[in-house]
Amino acid sequence: MQSLKGKKTIPGTIIFDGHQAVKGYQLNKMCFSFNEAKNREAFVKDEDAYCDRYGLTDDQRAAVRERDVLKLLNLGGNIYYLAKLTGIFGLNMQDIGAQQAGVTLEEFRAKLLAAGEK
Amino acid sequence: MARLIGGVGSSHVPAIGNAIEQKLQGEPYWKPFFKGYEPVWQWMEEKKPDVAILVYNDHGLNFFLDAMPTFAIGAAAEYQNADEGWGLKPLDPFKGDPDFSWHLIDSLVHDEFDITMCQEMQVDHGFTVPMSLMWPQQALREQVKVIPLCVNVVQYPFPTARRCLRLGEAIGRAVASYEEDLDVVILGTGGLSHQLDGERAGHINREFDMEFLGRLKDDPEWLLQFSNYDLADKVGSQGVEMIMWLIMRGALGDNIRELSRNYHIPISNTAAGVVLFEALTP
Repeated sequence: MQSLKGKKTIPGTIIFDGHQAVKGYQLNKMCFSFNEAKNREAFVKDEDAYCDRYGLTDDQRAAVRERDVLKLLNLGGNIYYLAKLTGIFGLNMQDIGAQQAGVTLEEFRAKLLAAGEK
Repeated sequence: MARLIGGVGSSHVPAIGNAIEQKLQGEPYWKPFFKGYEPVWQWMEEKKPDVAILVYNDHGLNFFLDAMPTFAIGAAAEYQNADEGWGLKPLDPFKGDPDFSWHLIDSLVHDEFDITMCQEMQVDHGFTVPMSLMWPQQALREQVKVIPLCVNVVQYPFPTARRCLRLGEAIGRAVASYEEDLDVVILGTGGLSHQLDGERAGHINREFDMEFLGRLKDDPEWLLQFSNYDLADKVGSQGVEMIMWLIMRGALGDNIRELSRNYHIPISNTAAGVVLFEALTP
């Protein structure tokens, strides 16, 4: 669990190590279930009941309710699994990229395009 | 005997699969990206490889965090693609070559690489996007048998860049010792610089990518000076996927030439690269 012990943090980056993977196990397990359409439908029907089924913590449940990707990452979510959750909300990788960077989608896209023009 | 005839490094982001599905290849956003694959299409058409070893990572379709293999190799007669939850339409199944898979596994384990062997293995966009990029039509994909090699670049600790390069070298030996008369290509996929998570989402590092691409043919060991943590710092948490290109590069040996290279920013949140190497006959 201590593979990154003693490393300096990378700004704006949460490394998905053993520590995070343990913290987010149930959350990621729930997201993994969203590979199946019937599970996505069950979640949409009753989000709280579905979160209950996977034993999410109160903080994780609140972050799911708020669609707050940064919070979910901090609470152990892995971005690839979270993408299956945010997909249900109609948010793709660029939408959640913008949300995490704290900019609009247009600003996020413009920044990437600008990186291509250098 | 089987021969490695060449290798390709390529990005594998899902947005590419989406663009192919919606036929956007000619749009201004996509054109400079797809143009980079024209030499690859020509080369594949000309060489018609029998088997593709495809190095990629799973993004939560086949493997979950309950058991995360560092290196997993498929040994199935067929590999299914499936719903990943966010909308990409599954492609038709891919034909495997179980005999060759088992030879590869035998040889690699004998060579001290501890491989997870998979008789059932679903393949996700990390696999299907490169397949569609190399062979844009289903009829072309049907002509190539595949061996998926899945690498853990999801949950730390990942294998080191050095381990990846050495695994590639061992794959080179394994292919060369297979008795069947087969032309084999190896695809190293993922990268280049990108970051999907955290406040730094959208991070790209052109300078590092260019250096990596520039050194890949003659000095692949250059990347070994960086730990995966250093790499995440420089090229973003998902940019680390470029270590999978070293497996491709290691397998080819040093008697190669570079036939084409393209680099384009951005595809979705990613700096996309493609490189084509051809093995020279000794």
